[in-house]
Amino acid sequence: MGMTMTQKILASHAGLTNVVAGQLINAKLDIVLGNDITTPVAVNEFNKAGFQKVFDKDRVAIVLDHFVPNKDIKAAEQSKTCREFACSHCVSHFYDVGKMGIEHALLPEQGVVTAGDCIIGADSHTCTYGALGAFSTGVGSTDMAAGMATGMAWFKVPSAIKFNLTGRLPKNCSGKDVILTIIGMIGVDGALYKSMEFAGDGAHALSMDDRLCICNMAIEAGAKNGIFPVDDVTMKYLQGRSERKPVIFEADLDAEYEKVIDMDLSKIVPTVACPHLPENTHPASELHHIKVDQVVIGSCTNGRMEDMEAAYNILKGKKVADGIRCIIIPGTMQILRECVEKGYYTAFIDAGAVVSTPTCGPCLGGYMGILAAGEKCIATTNRNFVGRMGHVDSEVYLASPHTAAASALTGYVTEYKED
Amino acid sequence: MNTQGKVFKYPDNVDTDVIIPARYLNTPDAQELALHCMEDIDTEFVEKVNNGDVMVAGWNFGCGSSREHAPLVIKTCGTGCVIAKSFARIFYRNAINIGLPILECKEAAEEINANDEVTVDFDTGVITNITTGKEYKAQPFPEFIQSIIKCGGLLKSLKEGEQNG
Repeated sequence: MGMTMTQKILASHAGLTNVVAGQLINAKLDIVLGNDITTPVAVNEFNKAGFQKVFDKDRVAIVLDHFVPNKDIKAAEQSKTCREFACSHCVSHFYDVGKMGIEHALLPEQGVVTAGDCIIGADSHTCTYGALGAFSTGVGSTDMAAGMATGMAWFKVPSAIKFNLTGRLPKNCSGKDVILTIIGMIGVDGALYKSMEFAGDGAHALSMDDRLCICNMAIEAGAKNGIFPVDDVTMKYLQGRSERKPVIFEADLDAEYEKVIDMDLSKIVPTVACPHLPENTHPASELHHIKVDQVVIGSCTNGRMEDMEAAYNILKGKKVADGIRCIIIPGTMQILRECVEKGYYTAFIDAGAVVSTPTCGPCLGGYMGILAAGEKCIATTNRNFVGRMGHVDSEVYLASPHTAAASALTGYVTEYKED
Repeated sequence: MNTQGKVFKYPDNVDTDVIIPARYLNTPDAQELALHCMEDIDTEFVEKVNNGDVMVAGWNFGCGSSREHAPLVIKTCGTGCVIAKSFARIFYRNAINIGLPILECKEAAEEINANDEVTVDFDTGVITNITTGKEYKAQPFPEFIQSIIKCGGLLKSLKEGEQNG
């Protein structure tokens, strides 16, 4: 029996010629990642267990992104713990204020992660890097500590659901609408413990930013990982960026999938996930009665250049509706710089939006856009759980950058229609 | 190893944001964080929970964020065990890694009610509802995972492996 793309990467990193779903393996790690919330817990466990050094200073990445620039004294202490650990272990991929970005926008951009890698990160959205043709999955802080110490992690080899994509996305839709549609279809545990493997000519036609967005939210369907095949789009993206040589794995033709789901991308419509689960999806066109108080465009899901460009194209020369707070957060310093150079920042400010330096901030209810009781926000973020962006009685509607920006202009949930 | 206590019952898809809201994650201190365990869906939990009590929930318990703070606060509050129809995978891993006993048992999760008195035997996977007298058998862990639990968590089992290997 053949192997899926994920199974092939895992077999290779476990030094095995063949693995099957359900098998427990010990795999070599290419990158171990943590952020300013999860790393302090990992550092404590690492020290408590008596480990003296990290397995490879070039294979550990620590990114301060959730609460930085530090929102309060306690957050500053957590960043300090990360900084001191990174410094004492000479961690080469340590990203502090000025260099930092939202981890899952930053690591692909900086070429720290590449095709064929086996990656763990103490952040659930680590599954993002599957867009590059890597096996990448979220773990907790203790797994991060163990990974930093040994360069290894145990995995149960996952079975897979294959998404066979055909057709091309309509102009007012993006990867976000694809993944929200999928989660609406299979549910928040529809891919529990499984891989989501994307394939077909529709997959190859998607941009890298769309692929990163789709894999980012695989966790919202409960998946262990999401993964795209390596193609010209991948190689062009990695060229001049990837620190290490990409390794290409392909699913076997006779690979076994638990399920194959066919999707015609041309049928996708602007989609919104209503409170309080990402599976609670509806076409944006059915939600025009929902009045919002705030719009957030950013996060590890949608803080990339194409997302900023979508927001710019919709907001330029227009005004955010009265009473709406529109917050735009580019994912990395490089994206921020490009936005400034291209005049996006001026257009955002002229439209009445505010712009921030990169941060996870409001997505997880940290800071920079917290909601009061009864308030509603349409956001390009990834979770709309109870209390996720602030008060337990506030509501988050998940949408694409197109839909979020169009909603900022009307004050109601609104899909973008080309002028 | 076993636990006995009163049941706190929760629905499907309990996410880590309600187990411990991110607004409190500016500290890694488990005692401080535990004061806010479950507060967004059950404001009385922290006040009412006693050592050994048991959480019983539906499908996909612990979905969402990878924060290990979630199983840690449940454990720090004194909860002896979580029984659910299924667990989100990162939560499942984290619970094992930090030594919070968890069991998957669909029937028990469906039939056990809030405030029932239950005992759980982790070695056999037998759950007994003292209130109704009914017994359930949970899925046992694979041997490899049992060895991590027996060592007291992942890092201790790695250290033991180092010494033996």
